[in-house]
Amino acid sequence: MSSTDIAIHQTDMHHGHDEHDHDHDQNFIEKYIFSQDHKVIAKQYLFTGIAWAFIGGFLSVLFRLQLGWPEATFSFLEPILGGWVQNGKLDPEFYLALVTMHGTIMVFFVLTAGLSGTFSNFLIPLQIGARDMASGFMNMLSYWIFFLSSVIMFASLFIETGPAGGGWTVYPPLSALPQAISGSALGMTLWLISMALFVVSTLLGGINYITTIINLRTKGMSMTKLPLTIWAFFLTAIVGLLSFPVLLSAALLLIFDRSFGTSFYLSDIYIAGEALSNTGGSPILFQHLFWFLGHPEVYIVIMPAFGIASEVIATNARKPIFGYRAMIGSLMGISVLSIIVWAHHMFVTGMNPFLGSVFMFLTLIIAVPSAVKVFNWLATLWRGNIRFTTPMLFAIGFVSIFISGGLTGIILGNSALDIQLHDTYFVVAHFHLVMGAAAFFGMFCGVYHWYPKMFGRMMDEKLGYVHFWLTFLAVYLVFLPMHYVGIAGFPRRYYNWTGFETFNIFTDLNTFISIAAILGFFAQFVFLFNFIYSMFKGRRSPLNPWHSNTLEWTTPINPGHGNWPGEIPTVYRWPYDYSKPGAAEDYIPQHIPFSETQSSNLPQERVLE
Amino acid sequence: MSTTTTLEAPNTGTWDGGNEPMKASYGKLMMWFFLLSDAFTFGAFLIVYGLARHKHMPYTGKADDFTFSTEWWPIPEKVYNAFPGLHGMDLPLAFVALMTMILILSSVTMVLAVEAGNRMDKNDVQKWLLWTILFGATFLGCQAWEWTHFITGTEEGMLLADGTRIFGANLTMNQYGPPLFADLFFFITGFHGTHVLSGVVLLIMIFINTVNGVYHKRGHYEMVEKVGLYWHFVDLVWVFVFTFFYLI
Repeated sequence: MSSTDIAIHQTDMHHGHDEHDHDHDQNFIEKYIFSQDHKVIAKQYLFTGIAWAFIGGFLSVLFRLQLGWPEATFSFLEPILGGWVQNGKLDPEFYLALVTMHGTIMVFFVLTAGLSGTFSNFLIPLQIGARDMASGFMNMLSYWIFFLSSVIMFASLFIETGPAGGGWTVYPPLSALPQAISGSALGMTLWLISMALFVVSTLLGGINYITTIINLRTKGMSMTKLPLTIWAFFLTAIVGLLSFPVLLSAALLLIFDRSFGTSFYLSDIYIAGEALSNTGGSPILFQHLFWFLGHPEVYIVIMPAFGIASEVIATNARKPIFGYRAMIGSLMGISVLSIIVWAHHMFVTGMNPFLGSVFMFLTLIIAVPSAVKVFNWLATLWRGNIRFTTPMLFAIGFVSIFISGGLTGIILGNSALDIQLHDTYFVVAHFHLVMGAAAFFGMFCGVYHWYPKMFGRMMDEKLGYVHFWLTFLAVYLVFLPMHYVGIAGFPRRYYNWTGFETFNIFTDLNTFISIAAILGFFAQFVFLFNFIYSMFKGRRSPLNPWHSNTLEWTTPINPGHGNWPGEIPTVYRWPYDYSKPGAAEDYIPQHIPFSETQSSNLPQERVLE
Repeated sequence: MSTTTTLEAPNTGTWDGGNEPMKASYGKLMMWFFLLSDAFTFGAFLIVYGLARHKHMPYTGKADDFTFSTEWWPIPEKVYNAFPGLHGMDLPLAFVALMTMILILSSVTMVLAVEAGNRMDKNDVQKWLLWTILFGATFLGCQAWEWTHFITGTEEGMLLADGTRIFGANLTMNQYGPPLFADLFFFITGFHGTHVLSGVVLLIMIFINTVNGVYHKRGHYEMVEKVGLYWHFVDLVWVFVFTFFYLI
């Protein structure tokens, strides 16, 4: 046995060396650092995203400690937090900074860059049959600008006045006045610079994704033969292209208000008994501009997860996806609606109630395409020949969490109910389920499913199961009770609530939530171990480990730059020919012409033979 | 089944892959999508302008009696009525009309450069690019003058309640009206000016490449076309900026 193993190793090493040689002798920097290969860039995004996810998760553990044990002393945190812990108590402004940075990191750096950046980059060329992105150079630039933006945001965690503390939505006037709180000082400036760079990076990436999908599809790969992952990335990129520029506008105006004395968002402000000279501006204006990005952003986060889950569910249920065109249609519907519902975040800003009801109406319509997707996933699972692989568990978990979180969206979308629920833990629970946890599940699902393509090895199934069940349970244990305290009016972003008689009865529940959250955080180390360990010691992956139809599995196990050694395969069929009656196997990859599958061709496909 | 050719051939329609469905190279598509996103950035700024303007009182008296006041949004004709070298004359919007003409002319010369590129006429491309650079730079010069005048202010300035007068405008105070008027003027025309400046830099770069024969060797002048798209976009944005600031 051992001798065969060694033999395999040797041939593999030899093969790798060969490839390296004829691959125009790239040095280490060209190959792994400033690489223009979409697969390497995708991995760079993935590693950065995972690093950010652990930082963001760690911050949430810190503030959950404060919320769960408000009377406790945290002297043991002094070695890491230094001056932010005074006499064993967390500094209240630091608490606000923690919440702000948790939101910013998770929404932008993990679930936008880490999710879209990883899987759009990795899968678009592989699944549409292209050698690389349209512009490898711009793709590389996109990652390195994101990296720069990350470095600036990371640096802001360590400055004396602390990182930005005005909430991830950075509403002015709080964020516009450095003298207001320490979290609006240098930390806020760095936040704005970092986010401006982040927008540039997202646009560079998005333009590339869209162009690649339009121009670089292989022969036969029509738009209605694209895997749903690609449709999801395509529409995500378009939504990002239209909404991120508006965040850039909002941020630039805020930078001017903060640093150059303009009054775009400021008017009639007294601070520390002194009147500011700013006049004429409107803080509500910022909210409109911010949420014009902010709302599409949640769909930018969740749509890639839609695509990944659709693909994984169809593959592992060994059934064609139910309602392929309805899936595309609902993605389009969600994309359009996402851009015209932003003011439902602003029901209590004093906007005209009639306008509120228009936005409420549009918001509730989103339930229709979302329900179409959910029913299609359930119908795909229905009587499928389900294989409970780790990615499949995460895909099913994704559907479950998306339903749970989506249902409360219908409640929150009502402008009348929102008066009670606004800024309570009900909102926190809602969006953490529907876009936070659901998108994370989509991401895990993608990582487990395409890990063999990324690293040529399989992740460990048993550890995957442990990771899934711990995470799945933790998510529900954290967020279900949160709905309950939210309905009772428990407000979000409060450092300390023990002073309120009404909320004291929730002490135990808060402790419970905190314990679940901390367990959930530690469960992620199972994933981290599995991820790193499998890279070196994992079981070697066969060519097509999941018996999947899409084109990426026709490449070599470790594809080089250019993806296919020979000619790019031509596409003849859609990607969901699973368990086709009469077929020799329960899957027919996209590059198999109909002439080779005469026994399984449907009557309307006979003409294609 | 009858022929082997149909057996193996994939569909070959417009959107069936293996081609460029919009008949545009990836570079040109990228430029279009960039412009689409940039349009949203500018759109947001112009909406901010519209909202700020709507929030302030308009001037309701007779136009002849108009004075600058922070109480109302100024009448554009009364603000932009100076012309270099013609001191003290009231020439409403004359200078900005000239600037606009220059920028539109630069678009015309850009079209001619692209057209010359399609004919592979290197000399014509050079000639028309040079004209475009010249007009673009002139526009920037005009804007610099306009800004200087706006910052320096008029001789009368604005009479404040306490009897003092302020002259000119900056980001915190403004002799022409509410401070926000000046803030928006500087920000939006400045943002547009930055775009023009980057356009001129791009034009100089492709001019140098054209002179060195880079595009001729490459066999096509598509880069000129791409920069042309950007240049027309910047021109189009100016038309909107002009409309918002000077006409309505």
